[in-house]
Amino acid sequence: MSQTNFDIIVVGGGPGGYVAALRAAQLGLSVAVVEANHLGGICLNWGCIPTKALLRASEINHLLHDLPAYGFKADNISFDFKAVVARSRAVSGKLSGGIAHLLKKAKVPVFNGFGKLGELAKDGTRKVLVHEKDAVTATLSARHVILATGARARKLPGLEPDGKLVWSYREALVPEELPARLLVIGSGAIGTEFASFYRNMGSEVTLVEVAPRILPVEDEEISAIAQKSFEKQGIKVITSAKLGALSKTASEVSVPVEAGGKTQTIVVDRVISAVGIVGNVENLGLENTKIVVDRTHIVTDSLCRTAEPSIYAIGDIAGAPWLAHKASHEAVMCVEAIAGKTVHAIDPTKIPGCTYCRPQVASVGYTEAKAKEAGYKVRVGKFPLAANGKALAMGEPEGLIKTVFDAKTGELLGAHMIGAEVTEMIQGYVIARSSELTEAELIETIFPHPTISESMHEAVLAAYDGALHF
Amino acid sequence: MATEILMPALSPTMTEGTLARWLKKEGDTVSSGDVLAEIETDKATMEVEAVDEGILGRILIEAGAQGVAVNTPIAILVEEGEAVPDQVTKSAPPAPAAAPAASVAEPAKKAAAAPALTPAKVAPAHGKDRIFASPLARRIAKQNNIDISKLKGSGPHGRIVRRDVEAAASAPKAPVQAAVAAGETRTVPHSTMRKVIAKRLTEAKSTIPHFYVSVDVELDALLALRSQINALAASEGEESFKISVNDMLIKAVAVALKRVPAVNASYTNETMILYDDADISVAVSIPDGLITPIVRQADKKSLRQISQEAKDLVKRAREGKLKPDEFQGGTFSVSNMGMYGVKDFSAIINPPQAAILAIAAGRRQPVIKGSEIVPATVMTVTLSVDHRVIDGSTAAEWLSAFRSVVESPLNLVI
Repeated sequence: MSQTNFDIIVVGGGPGGYVAALRAAQLGLSVAVVEANHLGGICLNWGCIPTKALLRASEINHLLHDLPAYGFKADNISFDFKAVVARSRAVSGKLSGGIAHLLKKAKVPVFNGFGKLGELAKDGTRKVLVHEKDAVTATLSARHVILATGARARKLPGLEPDGKLVWSYREALVPEELPARLLVIGSGAIGTEFASFYRNMGSEVTLVEVAPRILPVEDEEISAIAQKSFEKQGIKVITSAKLGALSKTASEVSVPVEAGGKTQTIVVDRVISAVGIVGNVENLGLENTKIVVDRTHIVTDSLCRTAEPSIYAIGDIAGAPWLAHKASHEAVMCVEAIAGKTVHAIDPTKIPGCTYCRPQVASVGYTEAKAKEAGYKVRVGKFPLAANGKALAMGEPEGLIKTVFDAKTGELLGAHMIGAEVTEMIQGYVIARSSELTEAELIETIFPHPTISESMHEAVLAAYDGALHF
Repeated sequence: MATEILMPALSPTMTEGTLARWLKKEGDTVSSGDVLAEIETDKATMEVEAVDEGILGRILIEAGAQGVAVNTPIAILVEEGEAVPDQVTKSAPPAPAAAPAASVAEPAKKAAAAPALTPAKVAPAHGKDRIFASPLARRIAKQNNIDISKLKGSGPHGRIVRRDVEAAASAPKAPVQAAVAAGETRTVPHSTMRKVIAKRLTEAKSTIPHFYVSVDVELDALLALRSQINALAASEGEESFKISVNDMLIKAVAVALKRVPAVNASYTNETMILYDDADISVAVSIPDGLITPIVRQADKKSLRQISQEAKDLVKRAREGKLKPDEFQGGTFSVSNMGMYGVKDFSAIINPPQAAILAIAAGRRQPVIKGSEIVPATVMTVTLSVDHRVIDGSTAAEWLSAFRSVVESPLNLVI
């Protein structure tokens, strides 16, 4: 008879859940994970990781078609699309297995099935029932339960993915063949990454956005540069768009799109709906608790506690921003709080966001507009990658680094980057913001030459004494 | 083999101390039992004796260093002819900071030693007494004229971060700041004892529900008895003694505690502790504070014994030479300010004790006896009581017993 009573049960094995379990085990707590599908969750199986594998392939395809720029010649460049997709799946599979191994090494039992909250026992423990196909396969109990069941694609009426012509991210990750014409609805991180992948593989791509600009959460200047670059790559971008009803044939979808007072009908082979996500709050047994759900997210305090004592919610199910690293950080914080350690609530303005379209976009903190809206008098610094030696040497001169400082205190309010490798560099600004550095420390920091990261230094100088190389 | 000499814990509560003075210098031969250094703790100055023999190879903590944590290596002892390592083990904790007071005291010396040619203005490296604060917190503190060293950090490992400074900036200004005189001021760093007094008495006065009961006691009979006893004493030599009024009052307190033992008690969250022995803590003022040496089992001791003990304890208290068990663990305290002529006062309880007796000056005044007005020496005593342990009637009963013992002082010699 295996163990059924634990200090902590984590429902969901994604980047929130499995990290919570690993941290709990590190702290000497007994912990189990209940996972319905794959360890690693959406992130690893159907999100962050497989898309990065696909985007790497499309980047290579782009470079192969740009060989003359580097002095190469090649003819008959081609690819095996199935192999590209298969590679992406293999990467996910490998990582998911890696998580199983990590949990095993940490002696964390994993119960396969759907976890549902049961009653609160007299001894203060909470029952968690593990379901597999409507049958209860295990009854567990724990003093603390962490809900980390994540989220899924939002389905807008009329835009419901059908799995054939209209895809969600899920179908878009495992296409059987490359669609010749593709419409991507929604220009957040998911939409722009798919637009970028399919365009760089050769599809004709239209990207529509209801907001006035693509990547609406980013700084306006960054959005503008991204749009310009997308258009240069041949992506048709329509912003402030209103979509009419889809009409489908056996192999085509027609979508009337109204923008700027004109309506055009876009005919494509496939549609990707990337219009946001909703939390997986159904069938969790929340009715057995005092937990409050706001729309599709569980309401928590800054330390991830729900309205029901000893039940916590972390990651996508607990609300925006829907980012794996936010889920993992909440996981550690939540478990440490349970273990009685001193923890610090997460400040959302210190969570970086990355989008892996080409060119990449990365940011942290306030945009210039949001900083002004919040009442700050700002100092803004900008540095174009066209003035950076390494970017030029790499043949990636497109992009901009922008910093936003509080003119009064020198606080780095936000940083916004677009260009090659910026997703790997944003952590420099995140460290600065998390450690409460001011412009003075950043100015005194020696950045290595030649790197694209020198532009980060220059963007700080630009906000104060002036950039040296621009 | 080189061995480290560690900062010793000289009392159970000691976590750090001041290395007051080295009595050996580097290169001196040390035998087991030699006094190496003097250490000032929260209560007293005490000597550190050598356990091993050898040569004092290196002094790691200079004299005057404050806040030296227990178990910090303070010196390295080597064998004769052995090279002196910088430190014995790599994992040894770093030596604590030299006293800030020392650098204040000798600024001129330091300046003279500095090179004459100072190139550009260079920001000083952080000293070991650095304050952990984010650059942003420092800047906001500066902009708002907030002394960052006074703040408590809420960031990782207690680092002071922006929210701490902002909280301080929005807090109402302490009236104390307004009270600072406009003229010149000087700051005196707190001695360890001052810090302990501040902490303990704040805790006592703010957590113990004090109440106060006063009574007037006539002293004439006691004074008369004292004269008789002292007249018996040899004027000098081993048999000489001189009983003080205070000695007699210590005994009187002990006798009263025996009569009303409910006052000889301590409060804890779970239980009440009742003491058998009347161990009387006697408040003694010393140059930078006060200390309460204990006359143990005062109820069982003769006035002469009490007198000799009290005299010795007071002398050594003023020299800072008391051992921890000589000032820790009394059951009842006495604070006598009679010698200053005070009319009456009330004292703060010395926890974990439940009561303290404040003794004022004996004054000649008219009292009515029967239907006559007669002169008498009267002193006011005030008992401060922990109401969690002792109720009003018990306190009154004890005071009444005390008065009866003092006013019929033969009780003190039988």
